[in-house]
Amino acid sequence: MNKKGAIGKVYSIVANLVVVKFEGAVSQNEIAFIKLDGVDLMAEVIKVVGDFAYVQVFESTRGLKPGTEVSFEGHMLEVTLGPGILSKNYDGLQNDLDKMDGIFLKRGNYTNPLDDDKEWDFTPLAEVGDKVAAADWLGSVIENWLNHKIMVPFKFEGKYTVKSVVPEGKYKINDTIAIITDEKGNDYNITMVQKWPVKKAIEVFKSKPRPMIQLETGVRVIDTLNPILEGGTGFIPGPFGTGKTVLQHAISKQAAADVIIVAACGERANEVVEIFSEFPELDDPRTGRKLIERTTIIANTSNMPVAAREASVYTAMTLGEYYRAMGLKVLLLADSTSRWAQALREMSNRLEELPGPDAFPMDISAIIAAFYARAGYVYLNNGETGSVTFIGTVSPAGGNLKEPVTESTKKAARCFYALSQERADSKRYPAIDALDSYSKYLDYPEFVKYAYENISDTWIDKVHEARNILIRGKETYEQINILGDDGVPLEYHKIFWRSELVDFIILQQDAFDNIDANTSMDRQEYMLDLVLDIVRKDFNFSSYEEVNPYYKKIINILKQMNYSDFKSDKFNSYYKSLETTIAERFDA
Amino acid sequence: MEKKAFQKVYTKIKNITKATCTLNVSGVGNEEIALVQGRMAQVVKIVGEEVTLQVFAGTEGISTDAEVVFLGEAPTIKVSDQLCGRFFNGFGDPIDGGPNIDGEKREIGGPSVNPVRRKQPSELIATGIAGIDLNNTLVSGQKIPFFADPDQPFNEVMANVALRAKADRIVLGGMGLTNDDYLYFKNLFDAAGALDKIVSFVNTTMQPPVQRLLIPDMALSAAEYFAVDKNEDVLVLLTDMTLYADALSIVSNRMDQIPSKDSMPGSLYSDLAKLYEKAVQFPEGGSITIVAVTTLSGGDITHAIPDNTGYITEGQLFLRKDVEIGKVIVDPFRSLSRLKQLVIGKKTREDHPQVMNAAIRLYSDAANARTKMENGFDLTDYDQRTLDYAKDYSEKLLAIDVNVDIDEMLSTAWKLFAKYFSKEELGIKENLVNKYWE
Ligand SMILES: Nc1ncnc2c1ncn2[C@@H]1O[C@H](COP(=O)(O)OP(=O)(O)OP(=O)(O)O)[C@@H](O)[C@H]1O
Ligand SMILES: [Mg+2]
Repeated sequence: MNKKGAIGKVYSIVANLVVVKFEGAVSQNEIAFIKLDGVDLMAEVIKVVGDFAYVQVFESTRGLKPGTEVSFEGHMLEVTLGPGILSKNYDGLQNDLDKMDGIFLKRGNYTNPLDDDKEWDFTPLAEVGDKVAAADWLGSVIENWLNHKIMVPFKFEGKYTVKSVVPEGKYKINDTIAIITDEKGNDYNITMVQKWPVKKAIEVFKSKPRPMIQLETGVRVIDTLNPILEGGTGFIPGPFGTGKTVLQHAISKQAAADVIIVAACGERANEVVEIFSEFPELDDPRTGRKLIERTTIIANTSNMPVAAREASVYTAMTLGEYYRAMGLKVLLLADSTSRWAQALREMSNRLEELPGPDAFPMDISAIIAAFYARAGYVYLNNGETGSVTFIGTVSPAGGNLKEPVTESTKKAARCFYALSQERADSKRYPAIDALDSYSKYLDYPEFVKYAYENISDTWIDKVHEARNILIRGKETYEQINILGDDGVPLEYHKIFWRSELVDFIILQQDAFDNIDANTSMDRQEYMLDLVLDIVRKDFNFSSYEEVNPYYKKIINILKQMNYSDFKSDKFNSYYKSLETTIAERFDA
Repeated sequence: MEKKAFQKVYTKIKNITKATCTLNVSGVGNEEIALVQGRMAQVVKIVGEEVTLQVFAGTEGISTDAEVVFLGEAPTIKVSDQLCGRFFNGFGDPIDGGPNIDGEKREIGGPSVNPVRRKQPSELIATGIAGIDLNNTLVSGQKIPFFADPDQPFNEVMANVALRAKADRIVLGGMGLTNDDYLYFKNLFDAAGALDKIVSFVNTTMQPPVQRLLIPDMALSAAEYFAVDKNEDVLVLLTDMTLYADALSIVSNRMDQIPSKDSMPGSLYSDLAKLYEKAVQFPEGGSITIVAVTTLSGGDITHAIPDNTGYITEGQLFLRKDVEIGKVIVDPFRSLSRLKQLVIGKKTREDHPQVMNAAIRLYSDAANARTKMENGFDLTDYDQRTLDYAKDYSEKLLAIDVNVDIDEMLSTAWKLFAKYFSKEELGIKENLVNKYWE
């Protein structure tokens, strides 16, 4: 599609939908620039009728007049791929926000996503004579701390032969690091930079098996009860203020991934600032490096142009796929996919398309499904593996999960982390309703096998046991509420308080406490064992009134354990007092 | 609005609806301002030569041969220190009988702040109200609305917050204020001797609803002037944003747009976010904090206006009448300040976060006990204690007439804990209990 672009003139304007009368050929999703008084406004073709191209403008159209000249670029919206993406703060179109002057964003200010003058330590991986194809590794540079592979550009079709590779040394991204020759004998200079259209999936791998390896997040209610896997998909719906963003931030800090891409899609700027200001200070628990070194932020906050909001999630996904092709574990987080869907809705309404449910476009389900399908665990052509795990938040209107975006996402994602208003109101954080939520991966034989080999042979059974305790607790609670405390057998109170024990110690977790926030998998296993041990004990109570205070006491001790360093002196001394407290009930 | 020599004048209107009119013009830019028979209007749609104008004061009495003058620019505001102490309408014209002001002309609704140029908010704004300072602490650069039914005293509480907060400047944006409310604000600010640090943009119920649409942008552009040019801490009060959103729906309806939930335009989220996101902490020291009012209908927060607002703002302060104590309280369940964790336990005493959570958790236990009681069941000793505690807590800490500093709020909470509960029942970290238990 690298033809010379068409030209045209603005015909009509409604907000950021502009109709352009053009001459020549334009293609769907082609990028165009509107030349407004010396400022180029970037736009994307979203519909063509005769010689009128409908474009959505990624900027404010204030002051735009009919007759303004437009040039079409001959390519779709692309990202620039190369070393230097990590630690960057981009807008939805991959402009480097740090390179912009002034406090306020100026329209038409497009900045280089990479650093042309920076030198990278290059090590060749391919040798002269090697047969290579798209995405094969030619060399590698150290980006922050990981090996960033320099690959045969994804757009290259067919087979090539490596004619030369530069020796180990310092190079800039636009230097030629290799020359490869196609089957007809044409030579191509390869640099460290390539471009890729964001709306097309990068499918340069051999195969995409079902996910099988757990991706630890340090969040107990996820890892223990509803695990997410490398290359898996999940979503977090919840009414406003129930903790979607806090949960995603916790995951972004703690997850055992090589690369984290955070797409702030139509949400608050202050939340992005939180990442900007905290991540350079915080340590990655696994590598000891600063968190910002493995993180890229795509910020298209709610006050930034709506059309670019739609692009931002695709930009983020494409960057994720790029790193996956290097054999890395990528975690992509998008907050909130509802804002992206709303951007689609605004545009569809302006195009006067026939609206679907809640005025969303008819094909919203298909769009969401196609996006989630880009995540996944892959075997690369060279036998290595990589993954893009995707977790999006959903902000249902009125908190009602029966709305198009939630329903469509439920069909596409394999993990469902439902945040409950009730739990948030009673400050039971994270407010994930463990019973409504699910991870379909728990039923995957691939994961069962993984858990058996890597956690313990009884792990899956214990997870189900914990779940059952919660279910029975909930049912019993309803009974107690109907019949009254003394209208039910004593046993009911015990059942209820056992579930409270699981709730308080396993489910609830203080995201703002340095220790409690992040629980390693072996600690999760230890605590689940401990809690289940207590649950299985049949304590002696003479009346139901003894049940509540006693369990509260146990919960309190276990909570102090959660707040202490694992197996530290303090932790152990709480354990001792737990033993004493438990023994009391048996003597009684 | 003055006319100038080079402006284009037209006298042939093709279509007129209640809020818009359409005519053939050339060379006019999107969002440009025009005067239709002297009434301010703005270009909202251009198709070839055909331009649609949104007439802010409504189109009543506009005739097809009305004079239409295009001013060649987007809506502007004149900014200077002369704004202080003055009251203006949505067009920036004085309504207090004073003279027109001089100043630099700036476009309203301007660009947003580059997120990487923002600073993380970190200055606590104390209001003396424990329902806010203890449970939902405000931070400069935050945006937060009061959610309240129309019969709640939201304007009074907001005015109190404004006067107690140590802001350099207060900008009031009043939308659909009754004349009485307008005078209330005017007299209150006057009596507090604070008029000089206050700028007000007011649209009253006596003016057409569409005119409200300019108020927030005017107020926020004035705020940006003080916060950016003068590095001041500016507090912006916007009341009532529900009436603002109603005006948005009127216009979109007349533009034949497909409505989404509750007849609101599909772009409501973006429209509101554009305003609220003007709240910011600037690196040079200035800040804009937005405290707004969103009135509810029958406490329904799932309606599109409060719902979208909640998704945008950094929390909400929910006002409710507590019948048991006969006072209005800041409801600890539905209220939230999302920026509080940036300051509590850091700028305030270390026990603040845990005390706050424990107090609310016990209050929620009381709610469960009340349900039990209403269902006719016997209460346990614990239930009874939570109920007694809840009443005390509501009276001493949640009521909006509380006015003390945060240390005293914490100490009050510890006293209540000691009065009604044992240490284990708190679930607070042991070292804190040992240190602060009274
Ligand atoms: N795990 C947690 N521990 C403690 N507090 C929490 C936790 N999760 C959420 N909160 C509290 O709830 C508030 C709201 O959380 P958050 O901003 O994540 O909500 P949200 O679901 O993203 O809302 P919105 O849809 O409006 O963006 C936080 O500011 C914090 O006070
Ligand atoms: Mg959020």
